Amino acid sequence: MVELFIEIFSEEIPARMQLKAGENFSKLMVSGLKREGLLCEKIIYHTGPRRLIFKADIPLKSPDLSEEKKGPRVNAPEKAIEGFLRSAGLTNLSDARIKVDEKKGDYYYTKTEKKGLNSDQIVSEVLVSVMNNFPWPKSMKSGRSGFRWVRPLRGIICLIDGKIIDCAVDNIRADRMTEGHRRHGKGPFTVKSFSDYCHKLENEGHVMISHQDRKNKIFNDAKNVCAENGLELIDDISLLDEVSGLVEWPNVLLGHMDPLFLELPSEVIKLSMRTHQKYFAVRDPSTGNLSPHFIVVSNQTAPDGGAEIAKGNGKVLSARLSDAKFFQKEDMKFDLEENYSKLDSIVFHKKLGSIRDKSERVAVLATLMAPYLNADPELVKKAARLAKCDLVTNMVVEFTSLQGQIGAMYYAAEGGNKDIVKAIEDQYKPQGPSDNVPSNSVAIAVALADKIDTLLCFWGIQEKPTGSKDPFALRRAALGVVRIILENKIKLNISNILEMAVSSRVIAKPCLPELDTSVIDSLLFFITERFKVYLRDNGMRQDLINAVLKRDANDLLSATNRVESLQAFLSTEEGINLLSVCKRSGNILKAEEKKAELPCGDVDTLTHYRAKNLLGALIQARKNIVLEMGNESYSMAMTALSKLRKPIDLFFDEVKVNDENPDIRANNLRLLIMLRDTALEIADFDAITG
Amino acid sequence: MKMKNNIKSVKSFQGLILALQNYWASQGCVILQPFDTEVGAGTLHPATVLRSLGNKPWNVAYVQPSRRPADGRYGENPNRLQHYYQFQVIMKPNPVNFQELYLGSLAAIGIDMDLHDIRFVEDDWENPTVGAWGLGWEVWCDGMEVSQYTYFQQVGGVELDIVSGELTYGLERLAMYVQGVDNVYDLVFTEENKSNGTPKVLYGDIFHQNEVQQSAYNFEYADTIKILEKFKFAEAECMALLELDIALPLPAYEHALKASHLFNLLDARGVVSPTQRQEYIKRVRDLTKACANSYVNKENNIKEKAWKN
Repeated sequence: MVELFIEIFSEEIPARMQLKAGENFSKLMVSGLKREGLLCEKIIYHTGPRRLIFKADIPLKSPDLSEEKKGPRVNAPEKAIEGFLRSAGLTNLSDARIKVDEKKGDYYYTKTEKKGLNSDQIVSEVLVSVMNNFPWPKSMKSGRSGFRWVRPLRGIICLIDGKIIDCAVDNIRADRMTEGHRRHGKGPFTVKSFSDYCHKLENEGHVMISHQDRKNKIFNDAKNVCAENGLELIDDISLLDEVSGLVEWPNVLLGHMDPLFLELPSEVIKLSMRTHQKYFAVRDPSTGNLSPHFIVVSNQTAPDGGAEIAKGNGKVLSARLSDAKFFQKEDMKFDLEENYSKLDSIVFHKKLGSIRDKSERVAVLATLMAPYLNADPELVKKAARLAKCDLVTNMVVEFTSLQGQIGAMYYAAEGGNKDIVKAIEDQYKPQGPSDNVPSNSVAIAVALADKIDTLLCFWGIQEKPTGSKDPFALRRAALGVVRIILENKIKLNISNILEMAVSSRVIAKPCLPELDTSVIDSLLFFITERFKVYLRDNGMRQDLINAVLKRDANDLLSATNRVESLQAFLSTEEGINLLSVCKRSGNILKAEEKKAELPCGDVDTLTHYRAKNLLGALIQARKNIVLEMGNESYSMAMTALSKLRKPIDLFFDEVKVNDENPDIRANNLRLLIMLRDTALEIADFDAITG
Repeated sequence: MKMKNNIKSVKSFQGLILALQNYWASQGCVILQPFDTEVGAGTLHPATVLRSLGNKPWNVAYVQPSRRPADGRYGENPNRLQHYYQFQVIMKPNPVNFQELYLGSLAAIGIDMDLHDIRFVEDDWENPTVGAWGLGWEVWCDGMEVSQYTYFQQVGGVELDIVSGELTYGLERLAMYVQGVDNVYDLVFTEENKSNGTPKVLYGDIFHQNEVQQSAYNFEYADTIKILEKFKFAEAECMALLELDIALPLPAYEHALKASHLFNLLDARGVVSPTQRQEYIKRVRDLTKACANSYVNKENNIKEKAWKN
């Protein structure tokens, strides 16, 4: 085995792309080499702001291959033999070999030996192909070249066993030259091997090669700097990853800002730090509040210990935060409500009117739903109208992701009603599977109405999610609807909600596209599908979900309870036995159904006493089940159903269902149909697979 | 270890411009003067938009006064102006060491890169009104954006065969950083020189009244009806010039720029609704795209003629 070492040196790669690029480069090299017969071992790869690094041990040559090609039988027609010679590239029949086969007759074959190739040649070809087809999320051309890379490519090292491999991409020939850090490195230098490269790059080049090492250093240094100053770092893993991709030689510095800025909402400060400046926020451990400090990671050490860098960064942050303070001051000159008319100027969607139109619709729908949610309709209406009013504030224009939070903050500062404040704050929740759902009743009404309206609107104009495309986040909205209903135990049928939404659209905005029932059905189906995904993610069995939802998927809360009870019941011995009995009965019915139509009508005279007993038990069970289901005591309903097991067992043991007497047979089948229908009150047992 | 006093920092706004011009002149750039039609950014100068099209190499640097009527703050905001300066560099094709040349320009204006942290942070540039986009970075100096650095990929809706490297320095912001000043009006524009009697001149001395008055015009007094007429005229003139038997893309492009500025004025006056806004932007983009196409055709024709002769 020999060492293959590659470095691809370029101008600054966007931080968000680096980790994936490193992984892709390694994967593509390994699979490309494997296709050519070179198996990689001891693979190492790294990425940094300006480089992709790959090292593996590979064989010196690819293995020799021998291939046998089967031809026609020796007594085959001349034409077939000629064709075989041509395809095998032989001129003379004597060059072909003959295989003896006593059963089928002897036949011709050829054997070609493919000599293994030198790894140099293979690596060169694979590298060029990987680089020409590299999956960057966005790539560019540079200068006069047609070659695409993420940013201009500057150099390639490609060594096998220390020897330069002859290959070139974009007129850049592979060699053994690289360079270190822009300020701290001492210009270009040559390397002999991967270990030589690592050593020189880290020590003389001042470049930390591994993302993980940079990450650890930043994290530890940041913690230490904070601790030394009696502060506490606020962890931010994704920021840590990003920053580790922005620096080759990380140097952690503590900066500070004017404490007056702490009057701003902490979310604004944190967002300013994080998204605009890539700083880590810091808190005061004694109060848990933000402290007027931040951690900045520079890409170098400085002769003044970084004092100028920290000061400069502090100034930039101050400028940003003064902007925010200015925005806040400007915004608070008006009451939030005064922004309502300005919502006309924001388009919700070109076919769906303005945000104001949307707010009106949401207000009507939320008010209609309020009584079912124990919410005060007047508060709900007001909250829905105020909800989007922060979209035209300077603060939200600047910090879009704080929509809702900013409005809530302003309304609270005006001394507004607390429920309304909560509703404005929580209207977009839940934003993802791990986000909280609103729990205040006014907030629930607004958040639910907002999502339903969005879904119905986009369904109305045929903008449904397809495959991985969901530009309006409709799946998230539907999941939000499901979670809000379930986690707050809301007793509202989805179809009732949609009906209310349809009627609210008529009141609020008659100019929107007419909705026919197929639109509603399709949306109902979509929400049900999201509901199934939600149940599955919460550990429910797919077949049980289907078995229960087949009966009724409209009442999410009850459906969930039924699935849960059924899953619990089927894990008991009683449940398993009952299931097998029901299935047995179901199978008989299915078989009989194929032969002839099943008898309809009620059971009349039964002769066998087991059948009579079963009928009695069925009548009793059905009565109990309907009662318990009505009380939503699903486990009681299952218990009632399970009481049937003994009478059914005995019935099957002693009664022949397919009696010669057609009257008796029909009545037996009617009993089984009754059993199926009784079980169907709970779930479709035929749909259960396990 | 390099000491700070080895590097001469540029102490005035005009000194900053002179230093950048000298530096880029020494790198082989044509030092051009500003374009004489109102534009929103240095990129819109025909020396960038049109010259980045086609196959002729072209290196240029120039200052471009830029106008964004809606950014007027009546001279009351410390860093927002409706009229400001950009310094623009185009190198076509971008040289291999364009990044190093750029860093050299920072040294030339007195930024000590031992003491200050320079960073290239992903920022993909796009200008929908001229149908242009490119990949590059914001360049940060101690966390402050001091330049926009872009490799053009498309201009005027035309995919480029030869890529230009573009640098845009926001001169006021850069000067504020170099001079350590928090309010743009406090910038030293011209340093005092007792030996020849030059008094110290501040940025505010020159531009404060201009910001006050132009803001009033942009927001209160611009005659929107007449401006709309002018917009329509500029649009029609642009198209007419392109439809001539022998098209005139250069004057046509000027009219496209005029249309763009007039639209910005209408926007500042608050008479453009969001839906109209999109429509206006599209109209301007259609103009600049048509100009770009006509310019490229003309270039190709000229080249063919040169071959035939």
